Amino acid sequence: MTQELTASLEQRLESVVGAEHLLVAESDLAAYAIDGIRPRVVIRPEDAAQAAEVIRVALEAKLAVIPVGARSSVAVGAPPSRYDVAVDVTRIAGIAQYDPGDLTIGVLAGTTLAKLSRTLAKNKQFLPLAVPFFEDATVGGAIACGLDSPLRHFYGTARDFLIGAEFVDGAGGQAKSGGCVVKNVTGYDFHKLLCGSLGTLGVITRLNFRTFPLQPVRRGFIASFLDEAAAIAFARAVAASALAPAVLDILSPEFATQFLEEKSPVESLRLDTQAWTVCVGFEGSSAVCERYTRELARLAREAAAQNAVAVRESQYPALLEVLREAPAAMRAASPRAVVLRFSTVPSALPGLIRSLRSFAQSSWMASAILARSSAAVYQVLLPKQDESTEKQLAYFWQSVGSLRSQLEFSATILFCPAAWKRTLNVWAHASGAPALDRRVKKAFDPGGIFAPGRFAGGL
Amino acid sequence: MNSAIAAELTALLGTRNVLTRPEDLALYEYDGSVDRARPEIVVFPDNTQDVVNIVKLAGKHDVPIVGRGAGTGLSGGALPRGGGIMIAFARMNRILEVDLENRRAIVQPGLVNFDLTRAVEASGFYFAPDPSSQKSCTIGGNVAENSGGPHTLAYGVTSNHVTGLTLVLPNGEVQRIGGKRSDAGGYDLCGLLVGSEGTLALVTEIIVKLSKKPEATRTLLAIFETVDDATETVADMTARAITPAACEMLDGWTLGAIEDYVHAGFPRDSGAVLLIEIEGIAEAVEEQAAAIDEVCRAHRARDVRTAKDNQERELLWKGRKTAFGALGRLAPANYVLDAVIPRSKLPQALRRVEEISRQTGLQIGNIFHAGDGNLHPLVLFDPREQEQYQRAVRASTDIVRYCVEIGGTLTGEHGVGMEKAELMTLMFSEADFALMRRVHHEFNPLTLLNPGKIFPMGKGCGETRIRTGSAHVPGAPSVNA
Repeated sequence: MTQELTASLEQRLESVVGAEHLLVAESDLAAYAIDGIRPRVVIRPEDAAQAAEVIRVALEAKLAVIPVGARSSVAVGAPPSRYDVAVDVTRIAGIAQYDPGDLTIGVLAGTTLAKLSRTLAKNKQFLPLAVPFFEDATVGGAIACGLDSPLRHFYGTARDFLIGAEFVDGAGGQAKSGGCVVKNVTGYDFHKLLCGSLGTLGVITRLNFRTFPLQPVRRGFIASFLDEAAAIAFARAVAASALAPAVLDILSPEFATQFLEEKSPVESLRLDTQAWTVCVGFEGSSAVCERYTRELARLAREAAAQNAVAVRESQYPALLEVLREAPAAMRAASPRAVVLRFSTVPSALPGLIRSLRSFAQSSWMASAILARSSAAVYQVLLPKQDESTEKQLAYFWQSVGSLRSQLEFSATILFCPAAWKRTLNVWAHASGAPALDRRVKKAFDPGGIFAPGRFAGGL
Repeated sequence: MNSAIAAELTALLGTRNVLTRPEDLALYEYDGSVDRARPEIVVFPDNTQDVVNIVKLAGKHDVPIVGRGAGTGLSGGALPRGGGIMIAFARMNRILEVDLENRRAIVQPGLVNFDLTRAVEASGFYFAPDPSSQKSCTIGGNVAENSGGPHTLAYGVTSNHVTGLTLVLPNGEVQRIGGKRSDAGGYDLCGLLVGSEGTLALVTEIIVKLSKKPEATRTLLAIFETVDDATETVADMTARAITPAACEMLDGWTLGAIEDYVHAGFPRDSGAVLLIEIEGIAEAVEEQAAAIDEVCRAHRARDVRTAKDNQERELLWKGRKTAFGALGRLAPANYVLDAVIPRSKLPQALRRVEEISRQTGLQIGNIFHAGDGNLHPLVLFDPREQEQYQRAVRASTDIVRYCVEIGGTLTGEHGVGMEKAELMTLMFSEADFALMRRVHHEFNPLTLLNPGKIFPMGKGCGETRIRTGSAHVPGAPSVNA
């Protein structure tokens, strides 16, 4: 049972947001639990000024604060070492500024990605932030969680198109960085630090993005191969060609059969149970897309594809959805699912994939892999309910660590049952510069009140 | 400057790598901006360890340090405003590794931007950020300023092309951030460091992305009778989601000056031209060219020409990239501004620049990255006439203020440096400065690195302290964060 707030503190917070937006009922607190840890109070500010006031109160009372949006990815990270106040930003929502003629938009943090996407679509534009839990996730949450998108192959990750931010820092200041123009070097680029910061640097209240025109035609191509070496060789040939596809994902046989085939947007897709699959997405005019389809078919033949199908325009959104939601689907596959994320370079990809499969096999755990743009790899482990599971997982995680001396990659556990986080350090194999991370954290959050313990290095 | 410091530096680096004579130092007192500040000693390190040794020595004597690449910066970023030691990276100009499989290169900061492209172009790759000064500016300087260039419209600025850095902090500590991987873990420190104008750390190695050369490139020159028609065209192109790789505007008056200088093939009798480049696969380039032709003609373009070969293309780009040099011949001094506005507001912004030119009676040329709304009005004046100088300053400030008022920003690619430090209050609040100061303090607590930059002088505290002359402070606190 969490300790209740003192009446005077509750009164102060209530005077900021109103009784209706201060939640203390057990059921409410349970809904905001992170890794089984409940806050003492949930506060729902209506704007950045209220959020700043809440932070000032929290700072004074030394309360630990975790900013949350839709809470769809709130399980990413280590369990918080302290958690007193959940600052729910979903009321800080709406489009703050949209200049379609400039291809820029400023959006309040609690707005859902789905809503943002609908607003942009009216002007034939979009944001290449196709991240998991898309229908529910808020823009602020998506940036704070730092999950990537299948579109990164062409469009990059959020840091590449996030052009400005407003946030409440740990001193209770309403700070900002960047602006709402596509090119800007005025002041420090704090908004880039917010990407993937898991709420440890501030309460994000607004984000500005560069938007992109929706191309008239979007199609795909799926090819399957005898083994991972052939699939990787094909993906490399595509990357080395004149083509610049938006999506280039490689799926292990287990991923393809479990997550793609069942929901397959392409009726004719019949995957060999041993086949590795490469999914390509591309956009442009009809003529451009026809060129892609021709060239991809040629490259697939040259790479000895077992099977290759073109994905029609009407089927493409469903394919993109499968790839976008991959980490979410992996997590939902079992209550014991462990979803890992690896960040790597193309040259290390074959070795990494081979090793990860072999580690899983030797631990008797079912697993499935998706490799995104040769830069990120997601793997789900599906351990059986067994007494030795935790030990096996620990061994797996240790093996991953040892592999780092041979291959260039970093690894984090994205999702796993909260109980196992007591023995598995989700950040054990993340790289970074902990000494500098600490300096950044101290500057942003001098009182150490934001999401303590959740980030890499115990920050 | 204490001659003992010079002697210690000479012992560390050798006489060849330490300059102390006034006639040598005078060469390092300027960059591409209008400001001047002379270093007391210039040193040339060869590697990261040299930089560590220099920094520790400077720390011991409490002497400020500023890093310098090629001195082509346009905001005073590399000027030693507090005197002290200048670390010139000219001799740290090696390519340490080219990794084509992972599309990365590891380079030292003194490497000239274009030399990297030259080293990898035979393999079909290039380094995308292309400032006009790319044949002389260094990648270290690009990192400090987060430099842009015409083609950043499609490919992004320096920050989008840097994945790792080796840093030397003011206490001599070496830290490696990022790596060859795009997302290396921890906070996005490369995102913070790139564009921090040398105020947080010195950079001694840089991991950059190498980009694949496109299959097809087409360069178009659209000729207009008026500046209005050209800017309306850009706004309309953006609204119609046409995405060229580069889209530059040059006004008619500027074109004449360029033609006198390099004979690039620009028309002398037009109101403005757009120099537009499209890249990608052949089919896409073909379609975009047709779409651009249509938009230009809808806005009364007199002609839309296509560069017939690479030679003609290079000549047009030479004209564009030497434009500031060409205009420099027309007046004793000029002042290049750098502000960004929403592209939908280009026409009104250019009209306002024209109005300010009329009001102040000063010639203002416009050569800029129209595609991303990055204006570079160039104000010509004679600094020997105090009154004219004052008018030039007023015109410049009025233009920048106007850009911020309509939703723009102070600087798009030149940096804040000394030049715009005082204007920062137009965009940032007390809370913003407070956070910036805390971050600055965590990295550079005694302001040994590049004092007097980014922060307005009036904003007080250690960040902006300027020290001149000998700065030896016995018993200065040790620099440990």
